[in-house]
Order: sequence, then structure tokens, then C-alpha cells
Amino acid sequence: MEVSVETEGDICVVTICGTRIDAAVALAFKETMRGVIEDSAGDIVLDLERVTFIDSSGLGALVATYKLLTPERGLVLVGMTPAVMKVFELTRMDTIFRMYPTRTEALNAIVARAL
Amino acid sequence: MISPRRSGLPLIEVLVQSSTFAVRDALDRFLTALAPLCLDIEEYTAVEMVLAEALNNIVEHAYSSVPNSGPIRITGDHHHDGLHIHIVDEGVAMPDSKLPIGLAPAVNLDIPDLPEGGFGWFLIKDIAKDVVYARVGHENQLKLRVAVALHA
Repeated sequence: MEVSVETEGDICVVTICGTRIDAAVALAFKETMRGVIEDSAGDIVLDLERVTFIDSSGLGALVATYKLLTPERGLVLVGMTPAVMKVFELTRMDTIFRMYPTRTEALNAIVARAL
Repeated sequence: MISPRRSGLPLIEVLVQSSTFAVRDALDRFLTALAPLCLDIEEYTAVEMVLAEALNNIVEHAYSSVPNSGPIRITGDHHHDGLHIHIVDEGVAMPDSKLPIGLAPAVNLDIPDLPEGGFGWFLIKDIAKDVVYARVGHENQLKLRVAVALHA
């Protein structure tokens, strides 16, 4: 699963390059994120700006990623498109994940919390 | 249950052989055929989610064992109360030949206890109406309605 990884100090920003996190790529997504988590040390910002569809398998893979990071590290989601937001709202996962509209806001919030 | 009048949308028929990527192919073909209905983003998403979860269930459960693949036939027919979708496969039957209730998985839990699955039937039941399943001969037949493009 293609992702682009950028770092800002300890923080890792991961952008999903594809437009779908569905059953076809959920396992690959989980494995990719496992690798990113092993190669980094701080919070992870996941940029979903290009993702226009997520299904229950994709949602499960996001939850699994969150579990891998906690309790020491955080996961923040940014760039939620309407279809992705809809799935989070219906499953009430919007109450579980920290979300910001943009990566700048997410990075500012993470830095502010660390101070 | 089916309203008598149909809109101008031709009957949609999509046939694929079960596989994980076949779900993407089927969704793409089915949703492209819905273009004449001019669905807004919310309606489009509703149809895509319901269809994706129903097809994933077939690939992951109905065809998970024995031959590992088989046909999935999807038809879509637009009426004034929405889009009627009929999905038929030849995989194994649902447990007890019944639909799951599809309760929302609890999420007010500690992070390690959060569910990583079990959202599929909840999403289908939450978004779609008149969800009916029947085992007929060697076929699973799932019928449902997504209330989109009403009065179109």
C-alpha cells in the first residue's frame, strides 16, 4: 500500500496515496502502518485527504493501527472527506479518534500538548 | 413492497466472480451505471457503503471456504421509493439461514478493547431499508432498498 511519510521532529506524517481503504488493501495498510510505527518514535498524523472511501475492513485497520500506538504514542487523523467522515459518524468512531481539518492544525495541537 | 412505478433508469445488471478486487470492479460498474440518477455525494456514499459491505460479506464468508470463488450477481432497479438492490451468490448460507441483527459494536471502551470488525451488517442495516435474506436452493439472495433519488 503506497503511503508517503514525512517527519517533523518526532512526529511522523503519513499520507495515504490511494483513494480507498477497503477490504482489498486493509491488510496491506495495517502492515505498512506497522512498519511506519516501528521506524518512528512519536505521534503519527495520518492524512486521509485523498481517501474518498473507507469500508468496515478499512476502519478495522485504522483501529488496529491506533492500538499499536497506544498508550505511549498518539494517532491523529486529518483531511477527512465527507464519505470517510460519514462512516466514522455512523460507527461512532468519531468519538474515539482525534481529528483535525488540516495537518497544520494537527501538528500545532500535538506540539502544544507536548509543551 | 415494491412501488409500481419505475423511473427511467434502465435495469442495472453486474456479474463478477468473487475475489477481493472483484468487489471494487463490481462497485465501479454498478455506481457508474447509476449516473442517470444524478445522486448527490451522500446518496452515492450510501449506495457504495451498503453494496461494499454486502459484497465483502459474500467474498469473506459465503465464498471463504470450499471453491473459494463463484459468481456474484447484482441487479439494481430504481423505483420512486429508492434503489432496489438484489444480490445473489452461490456460496455457503448465512448461519442458521438468517440475517445478523447488526447491532452497533460498542465503542465506549478502552482503546485495547475497541472492535476491529463487526461493523458491516450494522452499516447495511443502518443505511438500507427492507433488508431481506433468503436461502433459495444453492443461492443466497439478499434484497434491500437504499432510499436515494426519491421521486426522480
